[in-house]
Amino acid sequence: MKESGRERWLSLLLLAPSFLLVLLFVYGFISWSGYISMSAWRGLVPDYTFVGLKQYASLLQQPRFIQDLINTGLFTALFLVGNLFFGLLLAVLLDRKLRGETFFRNLFLFPMSISFVVTGTIWMWVFNPSSGLNVFFSALGFDTSNWLWIVDKRMALFCVVMAAVWQMTGFTMAQYLAGLRGISDDIREAARIDGASETQIFTHILLPQLLPVTVGAIVILGHISLKIFDLIFVMTGGGPAQRTDVPGIYMFETTFRGDFFARGAAIGIFMLLMVAVLIVPYLIYSHRMDK
Amino acid sequence: MNARRVISQFVLYALLIAFALFFIMPLYVMIVTSLKSLTEAQTTSMWAWPQALTLGAYAEAGGKLGRGILNSLLLTIPATLLSSLVGSLNGYCLSKWKFRGSDLLFTVVLFGMFIPYQSVLIPLVYFLQKIGLYNTIPGLVFVHVIYGVPITTLIFRNYYATIPNEMIEASRIDGAGLLRTYWYVFLPISLPSFVVVAIWQFTNIWNEFLFAVTLTNNPATQPVTVALQNLTGSMISQWNVQMAGALIASLPTLIVYILLGRYFIGGMMAGSVKG
Repeated sequence: MKESGRERWLSLLLLAPSFLLVLLFVYGFISWSGYISMSAWRGLVPDYTFVGLKQYASLLQQPRFIQDLINTGLFTALFLVGNLFFGLLLAVLLDRKLRGETFFRNLFLFPMSISFVVTGTIWMWVFNPSSGLNVFFSALGFDTSNWLWIVDKRMALFCVVMAAVWQMTGFTMAQYLAGLRGISDDIREAARIDGASETQIFTHILLPQLLPVTVGAIVILGHISLKIFDLIFVMTGGGPAQRTDVPGIYMFETTFRGDFFARGAAIGIFMLLMVAVLIVPYLIYSHRMDK
Repeated sequence: MNARRVISQFVLYALLIAFALFFIMPLYVMIVTSLKSLTEAQTTSMWAWPQALTLGAYAEAGGKLGRGILNSLLLTIPATLLSSLVGSLNGYCLSKWKFRGSDLLFTVVLFGMFIPYQSVLIPLVYFLQKIGLYNTIPGLVFVHVIYGVPITTLIFRNYYATIPNEMIEASRIDGAGLLRTYWYVFLPISLPSFVVVAIWQFTNIWNEFLFAVTLTNNPATQPVTVALQNLTGSMISQWNVQMAGALIASLPTLIVYILLGRYFIGGMMAGSVKG
């Protein structure tokens, strides 16, 4: 559109206060964190003595941080697989114009509206060895004395993933459902006339068409799981033996409980880099699509 | 209807009901446990409906969370209103009054909604302490409004983009400029978007934990999520009180979801599909 120059300036002027604050609070503070991460700041008094990348090097040699990275990788992989599989399954089930669709859809989505803190509290009960599942299976006659769930070093991460999948699957389902509704019935009908089976239609027509939805969901879910904090903090606090510990928890503890500010900043920047690898290409792509 | 179709319908509903039970299970556990006495909440019948309904757990949890609920309301309501207004004005400028580089600027700002807040947290705490807003509710409101700018702007921008430019032209012929057009033309038709953005922000700010736990340090200012975390941490194995607390803390967002769920879903979709 053709606007007068005056109004373009007015538009910029109206955007300026909030956008400048965001630029300061996002990019300014990230730079400041980066600066802190290369300092020797430890304890309550800021100490900006420059030490280069020493904090990062020492992080990468720490068993706890290495464990955190392994846990994050495992958590992210399981969380993505669980979400995509069940999200797609539910969307396909609901995409049949059946009676009660709205009811089921709203039910699968309601966990999205509650806090990770609440989710953690409830699932802690489910996976606590002295309540929840063990009481249920004991009543069925199983010997559950060795089933430790959330305090079992090998099981704890799966328990946390289960809670996270419960909370977020509805989101994935909604994305896939919208994607499926966007594919015209004519294409499916044409394939049926050509003799394609329902399975062939799904794998050869629907799945490829849903690729953009899948990519979008991976980006959104992936960045959530790379920065996960509250759910795990509430459910396990990172235990047992740091088997569910993640960088978000380590950053919180080392900074706000231990006063290791430089190390905390380094973990924060590390988390940012992990998320950026996923988000920046997505944003660049979206920006190009916009034009 | 042939037999095969009947079977496939049966399998379909059986699967959906199985999933429905899985999704409803935690809600059931929360309600049932919260209505029990401590002794009954710890017995082997903890999955069963309470034999004697009691509100004792609610009294105890309510007493401990009352201040947190109040703080969360004082935080969430102003932050929601402010960030909706800011988002609306920003979205209007970005979709209808583009200037050179405005799309790029927006993409740069949009990145702010994805960052892990751990990467800004130390400067943020330090900054709030310096300006006297650390450990205050206005401080939390301020932080949520700023970090809410990307998502609220995004939703409004996408909504206003669907409104024909002829509206601007028509308004222009009547002699109205940017601000008058916003006030008389765009604001009145924005109600659905305001509802979507307000519900999204309300839910997310109410449920937020990381800022809440790092930017406040005592019960007088702590939001309900922190109060709940303290409650569950201090009342280990007192499941009835924990669950009553969890339900109290999630009631506002649950009620909003039940009443206005479709708008909530609108916000969720807008937040992930950029278009």
